[in-house]
This record gives sequence, C-alpha cells and structure tokens, in this order.
Amino acid sequence: MTDRTAATHREPHPADGKIQFGVFFQGVNSGTVWDSPESGSQTDFESFRRVIQTAERGLFTAFFLGEGLRLREHLGRIHDLDIAGRPDAITQLAALAAITDRIGLVATQNTTFNDPVDLAHRLQSLDLLSGGRAAWNVVTTDNAWTGANFRRGGYLDHADRYTHAADVIAIARRIWDGVADDGTADAGFERSTKYYDVAGRGALPRSRQGHPVLFQAGDSPEGRDFAAAHAEVIFSAHGKFDDAKEFATDIRRRTAATGRPADDLKIFPGQDFVVVDHPREVEEKLRWLREHQISPQTAVAFVEALWGTELPGLDPDGRLPETDPVVAITGETRGTGFRNAKAAETAERWRALSAEKGLSVRELVIHLSSGRSFAGTADQIAEELVPYAREHVVDGFNISPWIVPSGLDDIVGKLVPALQERGIYWDGYPADSLRANLGLREPLTRRAPAAASAAGHGIDAGDPAQPAEGSGTRSFSNA
Amino acid sequence: MPWPGPMRVPSVLTMTRSTPFAVVLDIDGAGSHPASARRPAAVSAASAASRFAAHVQAAERAGFTAASFADDHRPGAPARLDAVVRAAFAAPLTGALGLIPALPALYNEPFHTATQLIALDTASHGRAGVIAVADASPDVAARHGRTPLDAADQAGVDAELAEVVETWRRLWDSWEDGAVIRDAATGRYLDRAKVHYADFTGRRFTVKGPAITPRPPQGQPLVLGLEGTRAEVDAVVLDVRAGGREQWEAVARGAEAARSAHAPGTRLLVDLAVVLDHAGVGGAERLAELDELARDRDDAGATGSGWAVDRPRHVGDAPGLVGFITFLAEHVDGVRLLPAELDTDLDELAHAVLPELRSRGILVSPRAGSTLRQNWGLPLPANRYLENAR
Repeated sequence: MTDRTAATHREPHPADGKIQFGVFFQGVNSGTVWDSPESGSQTDFESFRRVIQTAERGLFTAFFLGEGLRLREHLGRIHDLDIAGRPDAITQLAALAAITDRIGLVATQNTTFNDPVDLAHRLQSLDLLSGGRAAWNVVTTDNAWTGANFRRGGYLDHADRYTHAADVIAIARRIWDGVADDGTADAGFERSTKYYDVAGRGALPRSRQGHPVLFQAGDSPEGRDFAAAHAEVIFSAHGKFDDAKEFATDIRRRTAATGRPADDLKIFPGQDFVVVDHPREVEEKLRWLREHQISPQTAVAFVEALWGTELPGLDPDGRLPETDPVVAITGETRGTGFRNAKAAETAERWRALSAEKGLSVRELVIHLSSGRSFAGTADQIAEELVPYAREHVVDGFNISPWIVPSGLDDIVGKLVPALQERGIYWDGYPADSLRANLGLREPLTRRAPAAASAAGHGIDAGDPAQPAEGSGTRSFSNA
Repeated sequence: MPWPGPMRVPSVLTMTRSTPFAVVLDIDGAGSHPASARRPAAVSAASAASRFAAHVQAAERAGFTAASFADDHRPGAPARLDAVVRAAFAAPLTGALGLIPALPALYNEPFHTATQLIALDTASHGRAGVIAVADASPDVAARHGRTPLDAADQAGVDAELAEVVETWRRLWDSWEDGAVIRDAATGRYLDRAKVHYADFTGRRFTVKGPAITPRPPQGQPLVLGLEGTRAEVDAVVLDVRAGGREQWEAVARGAEAARSAHAPGTRLLVDLAVVLDHAGVGGAERLAELDELARDRDDAGATGSGWAVDRPRHVGDAPGLVGFITFLAEHVDGVRLLPAELDTDLDELAHAVLPELRSRGILVSPRAGSTLRQNWGLPLPANRYLENAR
C-alpha cells in the first residue's frame, strides 16, 4: 500500500461503470414532510437506526449527517415551519457505527467553529471504532450570527474561509499521521495559522482506511478549486444529465490541474427520488409531495426571507408583492438557499419568472425549491440512470429522503434491484472500508511527495515538528 | 466508624438506604492498571472496537449501574479514543447500563460539548452522564488554541467549570418538552414560544443558544464533578487519599465532609481500585506482577510504590470486596470500581461480587429501558425556562 511508484495508479474497481448511493438524513429545510401519517420522529435514535439499516440493506456507500451550529431564524425569530433538531454528527455516527458494518459514516463539520486538533481526534476516534468507515464533510460557514454560539465569535474574515479551512485540514492530517506504520509516535507539533496557534500530537494509530475520507460541497469556482485540491468526494447540485456532465468535466479538469489524477475526486450530486408503482401515479405523487413540502405558510415565509420583512396579507395563491425588498442583501439565518442574495435583483427575476409561467407565490416557491427529482417507476428511473453510469458523469447520488424514517424503503426495495438487473449497481460491498468502497487511493499525505505538495499539504513539507513542551504561549485569545 | 472486618459482616444486610446505591465500572482500554495492556501499544486499531464492545456488554450483563470512560488530553496520558465517542458507540450495544464519559471541559466549546451530551442521552434513551473535568493545564489549552487559565488559581478554575456546566444546563433546557408540535393547521413544526435563548455570558465566553436539538430524555444528563467542585452537579467523586488499613475511616470521614460541603441530595461516589484473586492466582500476586511490568516499562502513571497504593484499593478475594462495598454503602451513594485488568477482574466481579451485592439488597441492577437518573434515584429535573415563565 505504500509503494510510491503506484501511488497515483488505481486498479480497476468493482464500482467502475456503476453508480453508488449515499443517504443524507436531513435535519433542517422544508424538503422533509413532517405532517404525513407516515412521518416519524426526526430526532429519536430509532429513526436514525431505521434509515441507516435500510440504507445498509440497500448496499449504500455512505450515511451522511449535516451539522447544526445555530437554530435557524426567520426575521429575527426562531423559524418554526420546518423540521428542526439535529444531533451532534460525530456522536450520533459513533452510535450508528455500533449497529452497522459496512456503510460509510459522514460527519459534516465546520472548519471555523471547531478546534482543529479536537475535531481531528474525534473524527479519528469514529474512524477507529467504525473500522475505517468515517468521513468528514468539510464546510466553511463563518458568519458572526453562527459565531454567537462559540468562544471565538465571528472572528474569521469571509475572504479567508477557504485558506483557513486548508490550514485546518493540514492540522487534521498531521494528527491522523501521528503514529507511523512502524509504531513511532509523533513527538507533537505546534502550528500557527493566521487565526489559530495550536499545539497537538497524534497518538492514535491509523484506521484500516488510513484517514477519514474528505467530502466537500463547494460550487463557486473557489469552492470547486478547494475541493479539487483537498477533497475526495464532492457533493454537487448538478444532477441533471447535461449539467452533471459539464460539472464532471470541469471538476476533473480542476482536479488534474492540482497534480492529482482526474478520478481522484468522486462526484455525488444531491438528489431526490420519487418511486411509484405505476407511471400514471407520478404526477399525482409529485404534486402531493410538493404541496406538503411547501405549505402556504412556508411559501409566504420564503418570500418574506428574501424581502427581509413580514408581508402580512401576502396571499400564497396570489402574486408577489408590488413593493421591493427592504434589504439589499438577504440574511444568512435561514441557512442554505438564497442567503446573501442581492434581494432586488432576485425579486425582479422571480417576478419575471412568475409572469412568464403564470405562477402564484406558492407555485413559484414550489418551482424554485424542486429541481432535482428522479420520478417514476423503479424501471423508469433505472433506465434514466443507465447513461449516468455508462458515461461516468457521476460516481453516485446522495439521496435526501423526503420522509423519515420510511423514505428509503422504496428505493432499497424497488430501485436498487432494478439497477442491479441492469448491472449498474453492485451486488455486495466490495470492501470493508469507506475509502476502498469508493475506489479511492491512499490519503494525499501518504503518497509520493509531488502529489502531496500539489494538494497544498504544507505542514510536513516546510514546517518541521516542534515539541509540544512549552507550547501555548501564543494562543489565540478570546477571553 | 472502623471497619469490623469481613468475618463479622452478616451474610444478608438489611439496607436502610433511602436512595439506590450505584456500582459503576470504569472501562479504560485493557484496564485501569498502566500495565494492563501487557504490551506497550495501548490501542490496537484492529481490536479496539471489538474489545471495547465486549467489555461494555459484559458490564451490562453483570448488572452494573453504569460504565465510566476516562479521558485526559495532557501529553503523556495514555492514547485513548474520545470518551464521548466511545460512550456513544456503547449506547446501542446496551439497554440498561448508564454511560458516563469523562470530559475535560475547560477549553473546548461548551455549545459543542452540550450538543454531544444531548446526542449521547438521546441515542442511549436516557442513560447519559458526564464527569466534568477541570483540567486547566496549559497543554490542554494549547490543544484548543485557547489562552490558558492560571492553574494555581483554584477559585478561577472552579468558576470556569461552573460556567461551562451552567451553559450546558441552559442549553439542555432551551427546548421545553413538547416544543415540537407538528401543527398542520398553522403549518408550524415548532412552537417557538417553547424554545429559549440560553444567553449565557461568562467571563471568557458567551453562548447565545438555543440548542440545535431537543431536550434529551433525562431532561438533563447526569453531571458528575470531582469533590469540591463549585459547578452545579448531581454527584461528586470523592477525593480520598488513603490506602491500606486507613482507607475505611478515610472514606467515612471524607463522605461526611463532602455531605456538608455539597448541596443536599448530591450523590457521593467513591473510587475503588480492585485486583481480585482469579483462577488460583491471588490478587496480590497479580498486582505485584503488573507493578513490576509497569516499572520495567517505566510507564507513566506507575509510581515507584505501585498503582493506586495511596487510594482506596481492594487486593484479594471477592467476599472481601463484597464486605468493603457493604461498608461503603453505609457512607456513600455509589462506588466506581477501577479494575486492574478488565478481562480478568470483570469476570470475577460479574460472577462473584455483583450477585452477592444484589442478594444483600445493596445493588439493584438496572432494567432495560430505565434511565440513569431513575437508577440512581434522581428525579427528572424541572425545566428552568418553564419555572421562570410561570
């Protein structure tokens, strides 16, 4: 495994020519239907148990949790229309590791509000307990509103979020490489970044997969370059075939430009699936789903969030407000979506779209919120997915079930067998670590020096270890 | 009260305790003795998970009230997996056993640690506790990139831990029970009137809140501190520094002092190191061998005179340990056993010690589905925001 001449070479993998599935157990957003008789608890451990065990029965590659750092707000008050309440990701995945054998366990963890040494240690603990199944989805949220829950507050300059994230990843890798293959332990190191002075020591052995796998979801040019340099799996928002193909071409080009093999970064678009028994049911099922996802109140709140003010009397079945948004830039307290959008421009675009398609407020919000579904019978969807596998425009899909805990039942019970019949889904886990199941190479720091330095791994190259003794004198202060 | 000696202990003691007595097992690698791993590599990647799973399941089968999991971030401490992560892994492998990780709590993010403990309590259906550790060492501060506290300023260190624990408790209460309403008529999933900002302002940090996750099954996971802590704790671990013949009286005296120093109702737990006779080999012989091994390896933690020599310790047979614990049950509310070697000592505890404690009425082993609070006779705490609102 440490043969450096083979470091960038990869043997044919059982996943070649196939697609893989991950599942994203959502904790926020309107995408999860909470008012159906089938809707179960979002927070009971038993809901997580059922979803992950269903996914593992369906030979899913990974189970993915988001991270909550501040409860969402709408116009300065707790947002009350969507599901809410999510567990600490690493803690929850550690519990789930005990009741699963093969599925990967992906924890979204922020690089701004987590302490790098502690974060790396917790991820490595999960990796060891799970037998090499841990992954870290690297996110870079940095706003002061989120920072109000943390010691450092909103300390990070937004422009520095990716360089800071790269520093945090480098520190994590140093921890994960703390014990060499021959058992020699790191004496400890100090690391100063623009924002952090930290001292640490990796004392745990590597897991079966070497390091936790790194996931990322950047979509801006800067975010894509960050993923190309550091990540091993990228979640994308590009699931439609042509779009996915264009994204794959772009991200593989960027990956190759960093000195890594183009297939070093696996692509998993986020995706909804709506599986029905008969083609004639598709339209009705989709309408049912969209109306449950976007209630009249949710539609109004969606518009209010862009406008930056309450809009009493706004008719969800009527038209957008005549008045303009009261804010220039939309706030960030609702999480993903259109945060930091230029409000007036966006409002004008929404008005044009509504006029062009004759959409009411609620229809517009449904239109804006629902772009990424594969809908049909299992056979129809399987046929649609064949070219994705044959042309390798994705490595897999990350599925967001829209109902908990039964949301994967049809996918595992019906779609997976239809994909297997067509030879584009595996019949069993090919390996016993997440890294190996994904067909990934060794971690970047475990390869030939050229590949490692091209990946921006700076710690080992030019920053020799300092003993931990006497450290802590230049600590970042927020006291 | 002097210990009368094991021969004069009645075979069945009618306990007059008004609250349950807890018997906790510390599960730390291969055991609590520094040489318990027998080989220098303390953590073997391949076996860590399966060995750990076997130990927690054996502890549950044996009927312990809870298991505790050590953590220590100072250089030179044994290499351990994160204790909260270990406890969480144990949660679905067990159904009755309390799960109590140690958590060095001074320098990490109170918001994160509060959330981790909610997740542990939720995943275990109400079996979470935590030992809040006030380790002010500069090395631990540097690990988090934080300005170190003055470790010599005990009052300052105590106050910092108290602030962390108060932040946890505010966050744990920040969602009232029943905050999730799923009211289709109004489109509301949450009743925002039942979700509260923690708004904690301390000397070194502030936390806005609310928590990102609902109040856990126990309302508040059990918080344990070390004796003398000024934090709001449910239980304290006594600091008894006496071994040999003096340890009986030292525990009794220490318990009396701690009762008056801590809030009424605070549970007192005492640590007890154990090395039991096993398979024809005496505990003393086993201990001598382990101490020698540790000295040969020059292991950190192996003092010149031996492991736990100046702490309450039982070296010998199972009936003797039963006698000691019977004595302890008259003075404190629980004992935490630190077995020298888990594989050997846990076996003896399960077969020769806990059954006898049960038959004497000292221990009631937890039933599946019960919470750690229930098993230690602690009530479900009221929600502070509910009280303030009414």
